[in-house]
Amino acid sequence: MEAPPQPQLAKVTVRGLTMAYGPLVVMHDLNFEIQDKDIFVIMGGSGCGKSTLLRHLIGLLEPAQGSILYDGKDFTATDPDERGPFLRSFGVMYQSGALWSSLTLGENIAMPIEEAGQIPASTLRDLVSYKLSLVGLAGYEDYYPAQISGGMKKRAGIARAMALDPEILFLDEPGAGLDPLSARRLDDLILHLRDSQGSTIIMVTHELASIFNISNRALFLDTATRTQGALGDPCNLRDHSDNPAVRLFLNRGETPAPPP
Amino acid sequence: MNDPAMPAAVAPAPARAVWTQNGNGILLAVSGEWRREGPGVEVTGTATGQFPTHYQTDGLAAYDSTLPAYLLACFRTVLEAAADKTQRPVLDGLPDNLRGLLELALAVPEESETLPTPPAFPELDKLGIGSRKLWTSILDVMDFIGQAVLSLGRLLTGRARFRAADFWQTLQECGAQALPIVSLISFLIGVILAFVGDVQLSNFGANLFVADLVGIAMVREMGVVMTAIIMSGRTGAAFAAHLGSMKANEEIDALRTFGFNPFDFLVLPRLLALVMMMPILTIYANIVGILGGMLVGFFVHIPPALYWSETLNAVDLTNSSLGVIKSVFFGAAIAISGCMHGMRAGNSSAAVGQATTRAVVAAITAVIVLDSVFAVIFTLLKI
Repeated sequence: MEAPPQPQLAKVTVRGLTMAYGPLVVMHDLNFEIQDKDIFVIMGGSGCGKSTLLRHLIGLLEPAQGSILYDGKDFTATDPDERGPFLRSFGVMYQSGALWSSLTLGENIAMPIEEAGQIPASTLRDLVSYKLSLVGLAGYEDYYPAQISGGMKKRAGIARAMALDPEILFLDEPGAGLDPLSARRLDDLILHLRDSQGSTIIMVTHELASIFNISNRALFLDTATRTQGALGDPCNLRDHSDNPAVRLFLNRGETPAPPP
Repeated sequence: MNDPAMPAAVAPAPARAVWTQNGNGILLAVSGEWRREGPGVEVTGTATGQFPTHYQTDGLAAYDSTLPAYLLACFRTVLEAAADKTQRPVLDGLPDNLRGLLELALAVPEESETLPTPPAFPELDKLGIGSRKLWTSILDVMDFIGQAVLSLGRLLTGRARFRAADFWQTLQECGAQALPIVSLISFLIGVILAFVGDVQLSNFGANLFVADLVGIAMVREMGVVMTAIIMSGRTGAAFAAHLGSMKANEEIDALRTFGFNPFDFLVLPRLLALVMMMPILTIYANIVGILGGMLVGFFVHIPPALYWSETLNAVDLTNSSLGVIKSVFFGAAIAISGCMHGMRAGNSSAAVGQATTRAVVAAITAVIVLDSVFAVIFTLLKI
C-alpha cells in the first residue's frame, strides 16, 4: 500500500455531525478524525448515543446534519444504493452478534465471502475455518447460533466481521459479557488485526481495562451537554482531561485526579 | 397522640409509627415488628410537612424492607410539598443499617441517561398527529409496494440476489405444509354450504341445485377467501414474526452492511413463494370443497355421479378462473403485509408480537377489501 499523495489523509473524518431521531437530538456537533491503524474507542454513559454514532458511521442511520468522510470521500453524500465500495471495506460486529439465525456459523461467515466473488469450495472452507479459529471457535462450523452461548455468538460475530479482511472494523461492545480471559484474548486479537492486517478499529465499549490496554484514541460522548466531551489518548484523558465528567468516567467515579 | 412506645412483648407487636410534636422538632417513634406479611402499619399522628427531627426506635423488634419503604414514602411526601427540593432529612438516631439504606435511596439521582420523553399534546393536536400518522402509514404501504416492484424488476434483470435454499424452504412452508389445514377448512366449508343449500332448496324440490350452489360458491369466493384467510394467519404471521425477530436481533442490519439488499434477500423469495403457491392451494381448496358438498349430497340422496355432472355443468372455466385470478393478488397482499410489518418491527420481543398481530389484521383486511373490489369489477364486467 503506497501512501496517498496528500499527506495524512484521515481514514475517517466526521464534520459537524448531528444525530437525531426525528425532533429528538441525540448528539450534536461531533467533530473528529480517525487515522489509519487507530484503535479508536467511542465511550460514554449508557444510552448516550454511542451505538447510534456507530450506526451513523456505517450508514444504517442518516445524519440530521454534518458529514462523514472515508479517505476523503464523502460517505453521507453518496446515495445509499451506491455505497457498495464503502461497505466492502467495512466489517461490522453488532452488539448481540446478529448472526443470521437460519444459517450455521460456517455459513454465516461463508455468505459474505461468496457474495464478494467466486472462490473454490475448498478455499472457502479453509477461510471459514481459519476465521473461526482466530476467535477460538475452531470446529464450530456446523453449529447454529441458537446452540452456542452469548459470548460465543459475540466472537462468531467478530469472525464474520473479519470475513473479508476489512480495512475498517466496527465493533459494538465486543467485550461486554465476556469472561476476563476471553476479553483479554479479544484485546490481543484486536491488536493483532491492527498490526498484521493494518485494519483501523472503531469500537464502542466501556470496558476500562481494554480501553487503556489497546486504544490509542478515544472519544467521550457527554450525556449532559449532548456533544463530544473529550477526544484524545485515553490514559491521558483519565489523568489530565479538563472535563471532570471524563475523569470521573475513566476512574470509575473514584478520586478523579485534579486537572494539571 | 400520647400513645407510649410499646415495650417488646413476647408475641410480635404490630408495626407502629407514632408522630409527636416535641418542642421545636418532630419525634417519630417506630416500634413493633415490621413485616410484609404483617397486618399493616398503625400510624398515630401525621407528618406535618416537616421531616422528623428525632427518632425513637427502642420498641423496634425486627423489620424488613417495609420500614425503610414507609420512611422513604414519608420523606418523599414532605419533599414534594417543600419549596426547596434539595433539602435532606436528618437520619441521626436511626439504626446504622437503616440509615445506610435510606441514604442510598435518597442519594441525588445521576443525570438522566435516557432520552427525554416527547411532550404530551392536547387532544386536538392528537387528532392532527393521528391523521398525519395515518397518512404516513399509507405512504409507507405505497413505498413498500413500490420497493417490491423494483425488487421484481431486479429479479427479472438478474440483479436480485437471495439464497435459493430460502426460497425452496418458504415454498414448502406455504405450499405443501399448508395442505392439511386447507383441506380440513375447505372440506368443512363445502359441507356447510351444502347443508345450508339443501335445507333451502329442498323446500322447492330443487335440491339437485345444491351442486351448483356449492360449486359456484367455492370456485368464485369461498375457496380463495378461506385459503387467503388461512394463509394470513399461518404464513403472513410467520413472515412477520421471522423478519421481526431478525430485525430485533440486528440481523437485517448485518445483511445491509455486508452489501446485501435486505428487500431482495428476505421479502422477494417470500413474495414469490406465496404468489406461486396461492393459486395452486386455491384450486386444491375448490376441489376439496366440492368433494365436501358431494358427501352431503350423498346423504341427501343425490347420487355422486349426478352431483358431479351437475357441478361440471355449473362450474365453467370463467367461473373457476375468477377465484384463481384473485388468489394471485391475495397472495401478494398477504406476503406484503407480513413482510412489511416484520421489516418495520421495533427492536424488542414485544414489538415482534405487535408486528405479527398487525400483519395478520392487515392481511385479512386487505383480502376482504380486495375481494369487494373484485366483486364490483366482476359485476361491472358481467362475469
